[in-house]
Formats: sequence, structure tokens, C-alpha cells
Amino acid sequence: MNFVAPVINYSQVLPILIVLGTALLGVIVEAFFARDRRYQIQVPLSIAGLVLAFVWILKIRGTTSITAESAVAIDGPALVLQGAIVILGIAGLLLIAERKLDSSGDAFVAQAAAIPGSEAERTATLAKLTQTEVFPLTLFAIAGMMLFPAANDLVTMFVALEVLSLPLYLMSGLARRRRLLSQEAALKYFLLGAFSSAFFLYGAAFLYGYSGSVGFRQIREAIQTNAGNDVFLLTGIALVSVGLLFKVSAVPFHSWTPDVYQGAPTPVTAFMAACTKIAAFGAFARLFYVGLSGARWDWRPMLTVIAIATMVLGALWALTQTDIKRMLAYSSVAHSGFILTGIVATNKAGLSGTLFYLVTYGFTTIGAFAIVTLVRNASGEATHISGYAGLGKRSPWIAMLLSLFLLGLAGIPLTSGFVAKFAVFSAAYESGSTALVIFGVLTSAIAAFFYIRLIVLMFFQDPEEDGPTVAAVPLMTTAAIALCATVTLVLGILPNALVHVIDAASRFVF
Amino acid sequence: MEATHALASGTSSLLVWLIALPALGATILLLAGRRSDKWGHLLATGLSGASFVVGVVELFKMLSRDGESRGVAQHLFTWINAGSFRVEAGLLLDQLSICFVLLITGVGTLIHVYSIAYMEHDHDRRRFFSYLNLFIAAMLLLVLGDSFLNLYVGWEGVGLASYLLIGFWNQKPAYATAAKKAFVVNRIGDMGLSFAIMIAFTAFGTVSFQGVADHAGPDHKQVMTWMGLALLLAAAGKSAQFPLQSWLGDAMAGPTPVSALIHAATMVTAGVYLITRSNFVFDSAPTAQLMVVIVGVVTLLFGALIGTAKDDIKKALAASTMSQIGYMVLAAGLGPAGYAFAIMHLLTHGFFKASMFLGAGSVMHGMNDEVDMRKFGRLRVAMPITYLTFGLGYLAIIGVPPFSGFFSKDKIIEAAFNAGGARGWIIGLAALLGAAITAFYMTRVMVMTFFGQKRWADDAHPHESPKLMTAPIIILSVGSIAAGALFAFGSSLQQWLEPVVARGFVEGEPALPPIIVSIMALVAVALGVALAYVKYVRVPVEAVAPANVSIWTRFARRDLLQDAFNEAVFMRPGQYLTRALSFFDRKVVDGAVNGTGALFGGLSVRVRRVQTGYVRTYALLILFGAALVLAAMLAARI
Repeated sequence: MNFVAPVINYSQVLPILIVLGTALLGVIVEAFFARDRRYQIQVPLSIAGLVLAFVWILKIRGTTSITAESAVAIDGPALVLQGAIVILGIAGLLLIAERKLDSSGDAFVAQAAAIPGSEAERTATLAKLTQTEVFPLTLFAIAGMMLFPAANDLVTMFVALEVLSLPLYLMSGLARRRRLLSQEAALKYFLLGAFSSAFFLYGAAFLYGYSGSVGFRQIREAIQTNAGNDVFLLTGIALVSVGLLFKVSAVPFHSWTPDVYQGAPTPVTAFMAACTKIAAFGAFARLFYVGLSGARWDWRPMLTVIAIATMVLGALWALTQTDIKRMLAYSSVAHSGFILTGIVATNKAGLSGTLFYLVTYGFTTIGAFAIVTLVRNASGEATHISGYAGLGKRSPWIAMLLSLFLLGLAGIPLTSGFVAKFAVFSAAYESGSTALVIFGVLTSAIAAFFYIRLIVLMFFQDPEEDGPTVAAVPLMTTAAIALCATVTLVLGILPNALVHVIDAASRFVF
Repeated sequence: MEATHALASGTSSLLVWLIALPALGATILLLAGRRSDKWGHLLATGLSGASFVVGVVELFKMLSRDGESRGVAQHLFTWINAGSFRVEAGLLLDQLSICFVLLITGVGTLIHVYSIAYMEHDHDRRRFFSYLNLFIAAMLLLVLGDSFLNLYVGWEGVGLASYLLIGFWNQKPAYATAAKKAFVVNRIGDMGLSFAIMIAFTAFGTVSFQGVADHAGPDHKQVMTWMGLALLLAAAGKSAQFPLQSWLGDAMAGPTPVSALIHAATMVTAGVYLITRSNFVFDSAPTAQLMVVIVGVVTLLFGALIGTAKDDIKKALAASTMSQIGYMVLAAGLGPAGYAFAIMHLLTHGFFKASMFLGAGSVMHGMNDEVDMRKFGRLRVAMPITYLTFGLGYLAIIGVPPFSGFFSKDKIIEAAFNAGGARGWIIGLAALLGAAITAFYMTRVMVMTFFGQKRWADDAHPHESPKLMTAPIIILSVGSIAAGALFAFGSSLQQWLEPVVARGFVEGEPALPPIIVSIMALVAVALGVALAYVKYVRVPVEAVAPANVSIWTRFARRDLLQDAFNEAVFMRPGQYLTRALSFFDRKVVDGAVNGTGALFGGLSVRVRRVQTGYVRTYALLILFGAALVLAAMLAARI
């Protein structure tokens, strides 16, 4: 048997390669540059890599092709989501790179290997040590996220899943303050992530058993010709779904979300809340719309029930949270339910609605978490909700921006969230899932309660005597917030430009 | 309104400047804030004067054209364009509106000048002038709009300006309440105008004067009746006519120049303008017309009776305003025979009542803002100019020839008798009775203020007002002397307005010879004056209002119980209604909302127990979920 070199259209996968290459450069920087110079190199390098990747995505827009021996599909949805991930990656990176907020450095631990509370930790903190490995880690995660929605077979998908997850496990454990909580979160995330990956792999094996291939096109054709054993197919769908539903934090596979979102350093939470969800839903949509679309009558009822459970329970849990990061985590769970509504629609409007939702959700979420990094007291971020009382009097601008993001998450008109919710609900209604729409709208009402409760707290209550304040609003965080706020508003008032782009792009290649 | 209007050309495009100049003044003064304190009043006065000059230019332009083509229109822009419904924002200047334009800008400018001195010591003088300019602009829009909807904008604008100016000294709760009262009562009238607009739109698909006039005639009698009644409600609100008259007395809380301009000369007459402008509606609806007459008669007597018992000089004048507008409304209700006289009385009243209000202001200015006439007396010595001008206004209002009120009021009484039959006699006699009461209470005001013993407080040092204040009063007095004769001579005003309000109308045979009516009117006036002489000159006026007075006096002092009536019939039930609604809102609506909140909160607490924090629980949950998903997928196959 002769070895034949794989045919790869490098131009089409160049955005992913640029990000990977930049990450590798970052590793080299870690190895060869002095500790105190690394930050000055890593930040511009990472951002330059992401900007370049975005420019290249713009350059190859409109591409529709399958490349790398059918392992990667570069088409409208893939490029839209890659673009969104890169831009949100820049916003996340700006938050991660912020060093003007915490008096002792950045949001990350001085020396990750030091045991919490040990002498070594104290020495490292006193020496004002800072680490910069987080930048290449972020870029590796972004590369994995970019590959995830473009993966065109189950193996590539699994590889992308692991490439994006492994750096995130690490990054979750890097918090400078409350390290035990952070390490616990990282470990939980890792263990449960590994557990769910196993489900995914097992499911992939079943699908291979059914169709004799891991490629989406082959699986699709096998379903169309009804070639294999149905039980293998259904078991495969069920198990693969579990793996992906875990990543998008759908009920009942969501339980890691609040713990990890709370424990991880807030910039990392912001980054992964936005980008992981985009990547995972992109992959989800491609697998179900391309590979498994022939079996939609089998998986639609199951996903419908999960969507309803996710929306309702996510919103219910969020109601009684007292920590803003946990509240936003549960809100992210509820949003997964709303996005699933778009997926379940299985029509073109459902796909474009899902894509639009993902983009808008990413920006509002990063914006909201960015504000959480600003509200601080002596021991760091003040994440208890009571600390937000009276924020509107102390820092009206910050409170107004947080209100904007919360209203966006609640889906109030004139914010992007409304347009997005409207898009997925109308798609679901069009496809006949009226029950889903009813649950969706009712849940939106429940969810609006806890978003607006926070706004009421900020503007209509007096601040605590020595409550947390917004002491500084440094440049990089400001840039990230400004970007997110602009997108939230502009897409709320003039959504048409993006709607047209996404509408034109909403077709999977197979 | 059947006249077709020439297209805007030449100076007619100046029309928009009539409104724009004062509007600009209001905008500059409000935006510039305290920075314009030094020159704001001068700018406002200058712009109001400029608007008057534009009005005069327009008048001469109009005089140079023939009767039928005197009206000019100017199209500004398409305001509303929704399907078949189109509203053009346009201005219309015809023989009727030019009268108002000149009255508003002329008297308005004089009052601006007066206010420079009157408000000199008020540190908010600039704000006062910005509101005055706002009022002038809105009032001009009201009389220049070429459709009911455009008129409505101005109508609401003057309502706003009136509200702001009544409550100008809103640091006093009573004044703020007065402003609120005026606003609320006016809203009821405004409802009428919006109903009228809705009726016009529903029935005819248009809201322009011309468009509705095209449908006038017996074919649409019912629609026109309803529309006429709605317009009458609007007019009653704005012009303080029965049953919406109660706000005018309290409106005297505003600075006196405001009472002169808005609550005597111009804004309160907007109702008369509305009825006259909508002549095509009322001419097709006799029932509505009869209602107009009834409202006019009731109000003219009502106001006159209230006037007999008021000791507050401004409130006495306010009651008289109400009564005089009753005359105008009565005249307008008489149809083509009366429109011109309504406008004539409106114009002469604008002069003499403004001059009297400014005179009252002058008295107050010299008497430490005292308004109680029982604390005046013998002021003719201290304030000769004020006394003379007020006296001329007095002679005009009671209708002594040859002063202006004689001509206009005489014409109305005459027209009332000419209405024919029993109706003519009833309203004619009522108008005569009103004239007698007017003579009585105005003599009372005159005597109590300027004659008799001095009853001043010890710290009062009455003195004549500065020239800036007396000059406008003198100019207005000239109007109260001459205007009536000018308008009545050769029926000049009647002919001037004929193309707009009374095309093709031929006067019938008079029921009584005009000279008889005039004599009867003069006798009534003489009786009123004589009675007042007996009561207030022969018997010295007491410095404190006597308490043991007849029930009728008490009745009149309390404004014929209008407030008590409103309170019992509208306010109390309204309060009960709001209380009931608020109870419903709290118990039922909020209860449901809070209950739902509590329900979900409780659910949330229960479901939260799943989140134990143990990774083994989470893993078990995932396993459980996976089993469920698997079971669900395979359920159909097994």
C-alpha cells in the first residue's frame, strides 16, 4: 500500500493554522525570553495572530468546500462562527491581559505549582510573580474552537473537542484569589469533561459501526439508504449527543457549569462562556444538520425535551443565586436551551437564527463578565449580588453598561438579544414546534426577572457602607466592554446587516 | 371656508416666520439658560415685535387683494402619510386668522414690554419670557393651522404654556395646584377636540378645514351634530365656559401679565375662534348650534353673578372674562348672523380687558401685590394714569357709547333678539340682564379700587408704575376707546369676515329696531351702575368682607358652588374609583405577580438541591441523563 500525501487546501484552513502557529510562537517565547519581557511580547503577538486570522477569514469569505481529505468543511456557518470566535477571542484576551485591576498583578496565580496557603505561594505572591503561559493556552483553545464547528468527521471533531478543552481545564485552575475554589473547579471540569468525552467516543464508535465510516457525508448517505442496524444508529446518536450536550451545558449535563464559571478566573470564564458555546453549538449543528439530518425524526423529540428542560431549569436555578458569576452561569444554561430551540427547528431559519443568537450571546456574555471583573473590594472581585446594590449611584456608567448587557441577555427590544430570541423562536414556530416556543417565551419571562432584579438592585437601592466599588476602569477592559456594548446595541437597533450576512451564509456543505 | 386659497407666493411665504420667530426666542432662552438672563427679555420682546411686523405686512398684502382671494396658504411638509390618510402641515392666513394674528402679536408685544418692568425683580424673568414666547408661537400655530390636527398642536401648545405660566411661581403649593387644575380641566376639553378630529377622520377621511367643509350640508347632519358637540366641549374647556369654567378663577395665580395676555385677551378666546372657524360644522347642525347658545347664555350669567361677590380684583376680572366670553360664544352660536359680532367683541374685549388686567397689575405693583379690593380705595389720587386707563376700560366693558364695548355688545344683544320667536326673546333678555349685572360688578370694582376712603395697609405706599408699564396700558386704552367704532362703522368687520364665515348670508328683518335695543341696553347698564352706586358709594366699603351676608352672596363668593359640585360629582367618585383600582392592583394583580414569583422562587430552592458540589453526584447525574437519552432514542425500537 502506497502512502499518498493528503490533499489540503492550506488557504482555507489558514485561519486555524495562523492561530495554532501563534500559539506555538508563544510557547517559544516562554522558553527563550526573560520573564519580565514575556508579557510585552505575548500580548501583542497573540492579538496580532488573532487579527491576522480574522483578516484571512474575511479574505476567504464565501468559500464553500471540503478539504483536508474530507476532514474539514469550510463553509458559511464555519466561517461565520470562526470569525465570531476570533473577535470574541480578542475581547477575552484583552480581559485576560488586564494587569491594572488587581493590585498584585493579574487575575492569574503567581505560581500554579505552589500549594494553596503554602510558604511557596506566599513567596511567589510577595515577589509579584506573574505568568504568561495563559496566552498560548488561550490561543490553543481558540484554535480548537475554530476547528470544532468546521470538523467534518467524528474523529476530527473529537480531536478539536480535546484541543479546545484541555487548555480550558488548565486555565480554570489558575485563579490568583480563592485558589482552592479554582482548583476544585478545574478538577471537576476535567473529570466530568473526560467522562463526557468517553460518551462521545463510544457514540462515535456506534455510528462507525452503523455506517462503516466516521465521515458525516458517509453517515448521511448510510441513513438515507437505511444501510445498517438502526439500534447502532440510535445508540450512536444518543451517546454522541451526550458528549456535545455536556459541552453546551444542557440539562442534565450542565452541573459543571456553575461551579466552573464561579471558580475559574473571571476573564477565563468570560472567554469560555462565550467561545466554547459558539464552537460547541457550531459542531452540534453541523453533526445534526449534515451527518444525522436523515434521522431527524428520531432525535428531534429527544432534543425538544432537553431544550425545554434546559430553558426552564436553567432559569429556575438562576432565580435564587446570590453570586453573580453563578447567576450568569445558570443564565448561560438557560440560553443553551434557547439556542437548542433554533437547532430543533431543523430549517434554514433555524440555522441562521442559531448563528445570529450565538454571535449576540457571545458579545453580551463577555461584556457582562468584563463588568464583573471591575466591581471589587479589598479581597478582589466582589461577586456576591448584594455588593451590586447602589452601583448605579457610585458608578452610573458601569451600572448602565451592565444593565445594557443584562437587558440584552433578557432579550429586551433594542438590544441584540431580542432580535436573536425572536429569530430562534420564529424559526421553531415555523417548523411546528409550538410547545417549544411557548416554553421559550414563558421562560424568557422568568429569566427576565433575575436580570432585572439586579438592575433594580443597582439603581433603586442604597449602596452598602463599605461595599465594593469600581476603583479603576483600565484601558484593555474598557476596549473589550466598549466593543461588546457597541455590538449589543447596534445589533439591537440595526440588525439587518448581520442578518443578511448570516442568512446568505446559512448553508452547510456536504 | 369655501373660499379657494391662492398658492403661497411672495410675502405669503413669510407666514412660517410669524410662528418661527417667537418659537426661536423660546428655544434660545430655554437652551441658553441663565446665560441669557441679561438680554433674554429684550430678545423675546424683540422677536414678538418682529412677528407683529410680519403680521402687519401680511395685512397690507391681504388688503391689496380682492375679497375672494385674500386668503393665502403655505404648505410646509407632509406630516402624516399613512395609507390613504394624509395630513399636510400647512398654514392658512385668511381674513379671520389675520385678526387673531394681529391681536396676539400686538397685545402680546405690549404685554412683553409691560412684563419687562413688572417682572424686573423676579430672578426667573428670563424663564417667564421664554414661556411667553412659547405661548405666542403656539397661539399663532393654533390660528394659522389649516386643519383640525394642525390646530390641535397649537391648542395643546397654548395649554402647556398656560400651565407653565399659571404655575410660574410653583414654589407656592396653591399656585401649583391651580396650574394642575387648569391643566386637568383643559384636558377634558381637549378630549372633545380629539373626538372631533376622530369623527372627521372616520366620517370624511380628512381632517383639513377645507376637506370637512366640502362635506358640509344637510346630508351629514348627524355627523356634524356630533362633531359640533365635541368641538363645543373643546371650546368650553379652553374658553372657561359652563360646565368647564372652574379653572379660570384659580388661573389668576399666574403673574398678572399672563392673566392679561392668556387668560383674558387671547388663549381663552380660542374656543370662540374654534367655533367660528368650524362655522361649516355648526351651520349644518342646528342642535349643536342651540347647545352653543345655551352654553353661552348660562356662562355669561354665571360669570357675571360670580363677579358680583369677588373681593379679589383679579378674580373679579376673571369672572368678568368668563362672562364676556359667554357673550362671544352666544354670538357664535347664532350662526352667520353672529360670527362677525363674536369676533368683534373678542377683539374689543382683547383691548379693554387686557388694559384692565394690566391696570390691576399696576395697582398690585404699587400695593405690595395686594389683590383684595377691600384694602384699596381712593387710589385714583396715587395712580392717576392707572385710574384713567382703567376707567376707560370700565366704560368700554359696561358698554357706554362711544367706547368699544358698546358697539360690540350692542350688536350681540341685537343679534340675540333677532334669533326669532321665543328663543330670541329669552336669550335677548338674558343678554340684557347680563349687561346690567356687568355694569353693577364693574362699577363695584371701580369704586372699591379707586374711590371712597383709603383702606390701605400701613406699609403700603401706592405709587404710579414706571413708564414701561403705563405705556402699554395707554396704547391698549386707545384700542378700548376706538376699536369698537372702527369695526362697527359701515359694518367694516362684518364685511371683512363675510367671505370666511357668512358667505351668501342675507340679514333678515330685525325683530326689534336697533335703536330700541340700544336704548334697552343703556337702561340696563344705568340700572346696574345705579345699584352699585347705592351699595358701594352711599355706604362706605368695609375693609374686611362682612360675614353676615345673604345666602346669595355666599353662594356667589363660592363661585356658585362650582368647585363643590365638581368635588362631589367628579373628584370623590374618581377618588373612590382610583382607590378601588389601586386595591385591585395591589391585591389581585400584585398578588398574582408576587404569588408567581414566590412559586418560582420556591421551585428554585427545591431544584437547587441537585447542585451538591460533589463531582460524583454530577457524574451520576450525567450517567442518569445519558441513560434517559438512550432510553428515549431506543424506546420506539424495543
